[in-house]
Amino acid sequence: MNLTLKIWRQKDAQSQGKIVDYPISGIEEDMSFLEMLDVLNEELITKGEEPVVFDHDCREGICGACSLQINGQPHGPDRLITVCQLHMRSFKDGDTIFIEPFRAKAFPVIKDLMIDRSAFDRIQQAGGYISVNTSGNTVDANAIPIEKEKADDAFAAATCIGCGACVAACKNASAMLFTSAKVSQFALLPQGQVEASNRVLAMVNQMDEEGFGNCTNTGACEIECPKGISLENIARMNREYMKASMKG
Amino acid sequence: MSILDSKIPEGPLADKWTKHKDTINLVNPANKRNIDIIVVGTGLAGGSAAATLAELGYNVKTFCYQDSPRRAHSIAAQGGINAAKNYQGDGDSVYRLFYDTVKGGDYRSREANVHRLAEVSTNIIDQCVAQGVPFAREYGGLLDNRSFGGVLVSRTFYAKGQTGQQLLLGAYSAMNRQIKRGKIKSHTRHEMLDIVKIDGKARGIIARDLVTGEIERHSAHAVVIASGGYGNLFYLSTYAMGSNVTATWKAHRRGAYFANPCYTQIHPTCIPVSGDHQSKLTLMSESLRNDGRIWVPKRKEDAEAIRAGKLKPTQLSEEERDYYLERRYPAFGNLVPRDVASRAAKERCDAGFGVNKTGEAVYLDFASAIQRYGQEKAYTSGVDNPTKEEITKLGAEVVEAKYGNLFQMYEKIVDENPYRTPMMIYPAVHYAMGGLWVDYNLQTTIPGCYAAGEANFSDHGANRLGASALMQGLADGYFVLPYTIGDYLSHDIRTGKIPTDTPEFDQAEKDVKDRIEKLMGGSGEHSVDYYHKKLGKIMWNKCGMSRNEKDLKEAIEEIAALREDFWKNVKVPGTADSMNPELEKAGRVADFLELGELFAKDALNRNESCGGHFREESVEQDGEQKGEALRDDKNFKYVSAWEYKGEPKDAQLHKEDLIFENIELKTRSYK
Repeated sequence: MNLTLKIWRQKDAQSQGKIVDYPISGIEEDMSFLEMLDVLNEELITKGEEPVVFDHDCREGICGACSLQINGQPHGPDRLITVCQLHMRSFKDGDTIFIEPFRAKAFPVIKDLMIDRSAFDRIQQAGGYISVNTSGNTVDANAIPIEKEKADDAFAAATCIGCGACVAACKNASAMLFTSAKVSQFALLPQGQVEASNRVLAMVNQMDEEGFGNCTNTGACEIECPKGISLENIARMNREYMKASMKG
Repeated sequence: MSILDSKIPEGPLADKWTKHKDTINLVNPANKRNIDIIVVGTGLAGGSAAATLAELGYNVKTFCYQDSPRRAHSIAAQGGINAAKNYQGDGDSVYRLFYDTVKGGDYRSREANVHRLAEVSTNIIDQCVAQGVPFAREYGGLLDNRSFGGVLVSRTFYAKGQTGQQLLLGAYSAMNRQIKRGKIKSHTRHEMLDIVKIDGKARGIIARDLVTGEIERHSAHAVVIASGGYGNLFYLSTYAMGSNVTATWKAHRRGAYFANPCYTQIHPTCIPVSGDHQSKLTLMSESLRNDGRIWVPKRKEDAEAIRAGKLKPTQLSEEERDYYLERRYPAFGNLVPRDVASRAAKERCDAGFGVNKTGEAVYLDFASAIQRYGQEKAYTSGVDNPTKEEITKLGAEVVEAKYGNLFQMYEKIVDENPYRTPMMIYPAVHYAMGGLWVDYNLQTTIPGCYAAGEANFSDHGANRLGASALMQGLADGYFVLPYTIGDYLSHDIRTGKIPTDTPEFDQAEKDVKDRIEKLMGGSGEHSVDYYHKKLGKIMWNKCGMSRNEKDLKEAIEEIAALREDFWKNVKVPGTADSMNPELEKAGRVADFLELGELFAKDALNRNESCGGHFREESVEQDGEQKGEALRDDKNFKYVSAWEYKGEPKDAQLHKEDLIFENIELKTRSYK
């Protein structure tokens, strides 16, 4: 198929970016979206131009590196997948495709389509852990039975890949879904109870400091999340936050 | 005696590790504050090592090329992690896990290392649960287990098909706790480009900031390399696009011996290649072989009709199918180890029974599992006289609960529904058993340079069993290295901070800069990927699932010629002082072009078939094992450790004899 790509090009964080048009032909349905970009880059290199820079690594939807806004949607038109799992069979001959980076104040562009998501790491560092030493001198793993439903819910929250699609989808660029997924994972498990109050306060505080917006419950994040992280997590985090604030 | 000293402690096997821990030197807490450690790579091994070392009180600096430690490729491990907990009461024990792993590795690993791995495996599960890793549970609230290839017990802990993700996020959270305390300085989007030696000891690294292109000097009292495996040498693999050999190869060039490079795991169940544009291959977890049955048509005509699109697999009756693993290996069936399953698939496809367009695919079929689970479910939920449709629906729900994310991945890539039609699979490069040679303490042949996880060679012999990589990465990082490195660092308590304004750092930095300049200065005929793909083709065709002397000799010549061409004609656009992914790739491919030749040289030297290394000249000639791999313990019961001497062809072989005092060497039979 033949396509027209409209791609955001930006030299570095300081420079102004712009959309550049690239016609491309000979794209096969079985190609992944990123393989289509590989083809474009190979052409650019042959022509002596700089290839388009974008984040990607595992190319199987689990590392969370890829982060493209395609025709205005994080990770493109399909549900429950990342860009690297999107295949060209979702497009048709003659299509024009806009490719931009995830947009948020807290995610500055590094180059072209590559963004800096270290704000997410800092939110995790603020409290996204259980303070046990890694010495192995803990109780036997089966000493604390955990209800299967709770364990499954904790797992579902824990499958967040930290890609940032939730932020890119949100009109407020809020990171509530991301932050609440981690808060929920631990809030649902007995191991996480001890530090629950400090955790939620510290993580929410860091989230605000990073410049993410507030949540107005539009639910766009849940729809665009490649891992289907549920809005319930945000509700749970709000409850946890309230509880913790009341404790003082 | 060989110059390689494995430093295996004296005493009975089961006591070695405990006794060793009790007798090695320690560093007191006040002194740990004055000692710096660099950890390169932040996957399961590097992340867990960094967290534990920081927790002990050392000052840790981590380096990863990804934008966050959470994205290391350990994240993609699907199936599970082994531990000798015997929660199922099915006869498991530390000894059995040890035995299975040594046997699974085709008797090419060290007994003492593997026993230690089995011993600490149980701690890993306790530790991870305490960290909040949400493993799968049964309705009673206790942990669930499943079975993996090459074993007869259920000892694999899992979190759906995302076990690696959950374990890595556990290690990442432990790291985050130490980053918050200021004990870990995390350097993301950084790549190690050389190791710096002072007075023969590893004392730092040269790294490139991938965002600014700046070349940086970092010093430490010890350097831990946990940068993963080198399977991307084959271009197409299940590794992440950025996975590379650069950190380990730089250590090799500076004096660390490279062990058993030819031991590479080709995983039997991956989604087949669809075309030339393909950039990577996707694994379908081995756990699927618990329930999926592997087959090809019995008659060649049927296979041809399927390839031509004239026949559908679901149209073939049971009698028309060849469940070749169940036929050849009745005891283990579909759960034979990976190397055995991969070769059997290749054998059928080479014989003309392959089932997709390219003829390089076999079926992995869940129809009977769906029926079996459906009947069970109908019975337990009290459905009387269920219809076939009801059974299929109930069964599909059970299968979805177990493997939902894998089925979804498959459907997204292949555009076929694996609940209705069998999956197509074919072997692909997945893991490297070879790596930097390390002694019992995980120290390489460079004093002060350690290697952990897939980057070292130590525990899997010639073939790794499923669910053992996660176990080894975390064992090395949480429970082994933090002890053993103290023994070395106890001699460094008076050293003080290592300065970086020394001639050794000057020289290493100059070497790195010269090399980058050379890469940028190629005449510009071909892209980096052009060379990478060519190298991958040579590796897959001549050093792949089956190898012979003629092919290997050709591969050595071809790789050397390709390398020469690369340095003359590679085209790297952009500049070196900014974000430049092509330059990053160029440096990595340059290293693969050296490793590839050493790989072939190692495979040529090892004129026996063992584990993932199958030599066509070495097969059983008769008896029940006819046609199976023939190991040669008399001549090859050793670890090949290669010393860098300039060109790969000049690499010098050192042998570490493997001594088996507790396990009798047997023909590895899964029949």
